[in-house]
Amino acid sequence: MTNPLDEVFRQEAGRCTATLIRVLGDIDLAEDAVADAFAIAAEKWPRTGIPPNPGGWITTTARNRAIDRLRRESTRSERHRAAHRLHIDSMDPDHKPDLDRLDDFVDVVADDQLRLMFLCAHPALGADAQVALILRLLGGLETGEIARAFLIPEATMAQRIVRAKRKLHDNHASYRIPRSAELPDRLHAVFAAIYLIYTEGHTGTSGQMLTRTDLSIEAIRLGRTLVDLIPDEPEAIGLLALMLLTESRRPSRTAANGTMVRLADQDRTRWDRTLISEGHGLVVGCLRLNRPGSFQIQAAIAAVHADAPNAESTDWLQIIALFNQLYALRPNPVVALNRSVAVAELYGPVEGLAGLAEIDPASLDNYQPYHAARADLLARAGRHDEAKAAYDRAIELTRNSVERDFLVRQRAAL
Amino acid sequence: MPQYLISVCHDDNYELDFSTPDAQRRVAQVGAFNDELQKAGAWVFAAGLHPASSATVVRSSGGVVSMTDGPYAETKEQMGGFWMIEVADLDAALEWAVKASAACEGPVEVRPAQG
Repeated sequence: MTNPLDEVFRQEAGRCTATLIRVLGDIDLAEDAVADAFAIAAEKWPRTGIPPNPGGWITTTARNRAIDRLRRESTRSERHRAAHRLHIDSMDPDHKPDLDRLDDFVDVVADDQLRLMFLCAHPALGADAQVALILRLLGGLETGEIARAFLIPEATMAQRIVRAKRKLHDNHASYRIPRSAELPDRLHAVFAAIYLIYTEGHTGTSGQMLTRTDLSIEAIRLGRTLVDLIPDEPEAIGLLALMLLTESRRPSRTAANGTMVRLADQDRTRWDRTLISEGHGLVVGCLRLNRPGSFQIQAAIAAVHADAPNAESTDWLQIIALFNQLYALRPNPVVALNRSVAVAELYGPVEGLAGLAEIDPASLDNYQPYHAARADLLARAGRHDEAKAAYDRAIELTRNSVERDFLVRQRAAL
Repeated sequence: MPQYLISVCHDDNYELDFSTPDAQRRVAQVGAFNDELQKAGAWVFAAGLHPASSATVVRSSGGVVSMTDGPYAETKEQMGGFWMIEVADLDAALEWAVKASAACEGPVEVRPAQG
């Protein structure tokens, strides 16, 4: 990004929108106001230079623009306007909207961003809608950009966003930080949505590019914001660490010709050491808080991989122990699958297949990584016919063409 | 304050035999849930419904009235009962819905009322 305004936009759009939603009680009005303010900045800043507090400038300008708009549209009945408001009444009384006291609301910007995270990742919304809203409102991405990232038509994405906003309106969703009793579940929903953005960018579930870097970068940025907002929450740190450690391998995940390279075969000298050391520091830091959670454990697993100079010297015993810990916390078939893959690395494919046999196959029948992993273990165990059938199923389920090519080559090598 | 409809979904062939211990338990649970709603001031009204097969669909259009036997929609899932509640916001409504689902031991649907 060469344009310094884009830089400011990326940093400030979500923050300003979050504050203006609280002040105005209306998502659309807030978005329009922030867009207006950036349009004014784009026209003005090249002449005047970027002001010392660009975020404050944008927020103030957006607020003024919103007031102008509201005055201009005062012909709309009050009732109509009220119908489009978010439910403000049940918000913390300290944060009631007050259009004339800008200084007060600039102070609580951090809380606003958290409010917006909880609103976007509301459990009443589907995962697709949560992700779209987060990217739109907190990431400041255009609807078209989000649609392209997810490889769906812009009109479909626009409709998804409109529908999600409307559901929040119609249901009187509050703009607030959940109470402590609901907080763990609601936080987990936020973490899961951000991680979903990351994984979508890491291995696009469809499309021709193995990685869609923009989404990953945005997810990491959101992860950093989250750690800033809730520094005492170890799972937020774990999530950021997991994303950074996974991201560190990006340069080696695809070969020069664009084909996929497995973890075991990657050139580890190309792993990004800066990201690894940051991720490591975060893992150590969150483990010290001694409140383990699934993202922290997954980050610790990624850190063990990062420690190994080559695949052979990976501390698989440690990885299996971490998977056992993860399974105790979240006993689901995907964790069982990954544990079996680690078991196979240490004790051989037969042991790994024994682990897979304990999973109810129906629970993972539509999960591509299950069939890909099973195919690999069957091939290594010399059971080629079964391996071919498993590869066929994996290929059938793969929408990413780079991954499909990889699987087709593996199958052909049998 | 906004109002929400919490409806109970049943299979369309669901018929409650009130004499069974299972039904007795659910009736007691729903009774306790109703008391809790009323104490909290969230209660508007509620009812359990007879099976969907007892329904009649009525249409009046341009003075022409027609009546048909049976429910609106030929779906497997039918509304078996409902509560109308009045609470501060969606999160509060969802909290009550969690309790409603536990009380009647089945899924419930939450929908905001207009206005």
